[in-house]
Amino acid sequence: MVDASQVDWKAIDSRPEFQELHRKKMGFLWGLMIFSMVYYFLLPIGAGYFPDLYKVRVWGPVNVGILFALSQFVVAWGLAFYYAKRASTVFDPMAAAIVADAEKAMGAKK
Amino acid sequence: MSARRLTLAACAFSLAAISTPALAQGAVPERFRWLTFVVFGAIIALTMYVTYVAAKRVKTASDFYVAGGGVSGLQNGWAIAGDYLSAASFLGIAGLISLYGYDGFMYSVGWLVAYITVLLVIAEPCRNIGKYTLSDILAYRNNPKATRTVGAISTITVSTFYLTAQMVGGGVLVKTLIGIDYEISVMVVGILMLGYVLFGGMVATTWVQIIKAILLVTASILLVMFTWTPYGFSLPGYLSAVVGDAKVQAQVAMLLGDAAKNMTPEQLGQRFLEPGLYLKNPIDQISLGMALVLGTAGMPHILMRFFTVPTAQAARKSVIWAMAIIGGFYVLTLFLGTGAAMNVGAATIRGVDPGGNMAGPLLAQWIGGGPESMLGNLFLAFVAAVAFATIVAVVAGLVLAAASAMAHDLYVGVIREDHVTPQEQVRAARIATVIVGAMAITIGILAKGQNVAHLVALAFAVASSANLPCVLLTLFWKRCNTGGIVLGMIVGTLAAIGLVLISPNLTYPLAVKAAQEKIVAAETAKLAKFNADLAAATAPAPAPAADAAATAPVPEKPAMPAVDTSRLKADIAKSEKAKAAAEAKIKEIGSDRTSIVGLEKPAFELRNPGLISIPLGFLAVIIGSLLYRDKRAEDMWDELYVRQNTGLLLAKPVAH
Repeated sequence: MVDASQVDWKAIDSRPEFQELHRKKMGFLWGLMIFSMVYYFLLPIGAGYFPDLYKVRVWGPVNVGILFALSQFVVAWGLAFYYAKRASTVFDPMAAAIVADAEKAMGAKK
Repeated sequence: MSARRLTLAACAFSLAAISTPALAQGAVPERFRWLTFVVFGAIIALTMYVTYVAAKRVKTASDFYVAGGGVSGLQNGWAIAGDYLSAASFLGIAGLISLYGYDGFMYSVGWLVAYITVLLVIAEPCRNIGKYTLSDILAYRNNPKATRTVGAISTITVSTFYLTAQMVGGGVLVKTLIGIDYEISVMVVGILMLGYVLFGGMVATTWVQIIKAILLVTASILLVMFTWTPYGFSLPGYLSAVVGDAKVQAQVAMLLGDAAKNMTPEQLGQRFLEPGLYLKNPIDQISLGMALVLGTAGMPHILMRFFTVPTAQAARKSVIWAMAIIGGFYVLTLFLGTGAAMNVGAATIRGVDPGGNMAGPLLAQWIGGGPESMLGNLFLAFVAAVAFATIVAVVAGLVLAAASAMAHDLYVGVIREDHVTPQEQVRAARIATVIVGAMAITIGILAKGQNVAHLVALAFAVASSANLPCVLLTLFWKRCNTGGIVLGMIVGTLAAIGLVLISPNLTYPLAVKAAQEKIVAAETAKLAKFNADLAAATAPAPAPAADAAATAPVPEKPAMPAVDTSRLKADIAKSEKAKAAAEAKIKEIGSDRTSIVGLEKPAFELRNPGLISIPLGFLAVIIGSLLYRDKRAEDMWDELYVRQNTGLLLAKPVAH
């Protein structure tokens, strides 16, 4: 097992591949995070300040409020699925390449 | 009206605490109780067997704390669901929906959205950086002793709050369902949990949580199938039946009081599906929402689950599974709650437990044929056993989290400075488990009859105001350091606890007294009227005119039939009882004027402190970091950041 002190972390951090992963990932993560927060807090805010909108019936007794609450589940699942897809197709391969390079470099040092 | 307020206060914002049951003998009739014991016995036997098998696999500290990191993503997803779906969600949210309709359902949403935070910024980095505990993450680039100490204290604090609510809730639940004494219920829950954790560590805990989650989901799906089938699985068709139900309309009318006078039955029914019957203060809602969506990611027992999987990919997969299970379950609660409201009726549900917690079990009983049927009670027994398994599984996860903070962080990390043998580590873990378990049982018994509702809100408040800012900033902000972690933990924890202590969650004797005095006044007025009516009814046949003038106030009514006097007498007895109860409560308060922290009325109006304490926590981490210089935290940043993003060096031995 290689010890953490044997790895040149600074060198990995400054590599363009890692910087690109960092940029792509952070923008994506915090973008999704902010979107999900805004969408979620619209629910209690709407219920508190625009109750009349929630009362509008659209499908038999099913009103806007129920559909909006149900949509929260769909949106949360959708976001989770979207993130997982993006992470496994974009971030994982990038991270794997960086890890492979780093391991090769460590092997070369020995 | 004031009785309703009290009920609201009692169950407000926390579902884990199960309010005092009205029926001491339990929801299951005496002659069917053996059924409950059979089902309970079967589930306990199954979990015991799992523990027996698991115990053979637990040899090292890693086995004990995190099942050797060998849990798969799918297994961990079910275990997270089992760890997270406490009796609070299972019984509490279905109960809230059954009593208050839409608001109860809206409440459930935050519990799922919380996992978006876990998925995006917590699960994978924590898997890549941590080993056994939350403090492992904090100690990675900061002063290990200082951050382990504050991290462990916070972990033990959060877990103890949550644990107390679960133990009290569990004791009351078992008592409500089958009438076993509260103390015995608490001890049974505690000893069972201790058995799983002590012998089987995280391996057994994981399997108990998986079994519980599968049972819970199966039971819920079956109940919803039976409830929904008669309406051909049509959403509008089913909800039309709900809003058209007389019991639902009566419940809404009761909740709205005078405002319901001009509403048609159709309007009353429809009102059940509209917001505002339970949640009155949007700011408090937002504050609670913040604590939920940020607090879940700071819960030590949830974080710990991510150390049980081998890779970041498995951690991600486990959150996806957990979200599918937890979200699916909360959608089902909409049907469980409305189904109970329509089929059982809010009046019956409140009769067994004022907080509505028995809605799910009573629905099961109704589906099987009602309280007098064998099948109904078998169903009820099954759901009750699931609720029991739920509490044991959640408590096991909490005890493990608190014990790991005590043994791994405080004892091994801080006191012994990591100079321990593997055998000593496992022994420390087991001793800490016994200490935490014994503490849980003791606190559970001591807290009998206490309103522990605010403890769950408090656990989430501390987790979101102290733990989350520290974990998030040490993972993602380069300048974060030991100073920030220590200050953030202290400020976040104290702000959350302090604000709750001065909030309306506590009991204010003057307010209680005023409410009870109102009851006394109302009952006295009622009694006067009843007595006058009774006097009129029992008075001899209309007296001569001269006499009538002398006793002027007595209304001149013909003598009433005997049936009416007996009803009047019953009313009088009821009123006298209510009056006596209120007077007893006033007497009990005596000369107390202030809450336990010395306030006559709340100094902070929100029940949930998150809105204030979460920004304070973040601010404290930032200020503490900027004011403190920490060379190690800066030097280690590259290492932490590369590792949390790539998983480099994680558990996988690198080929030489």
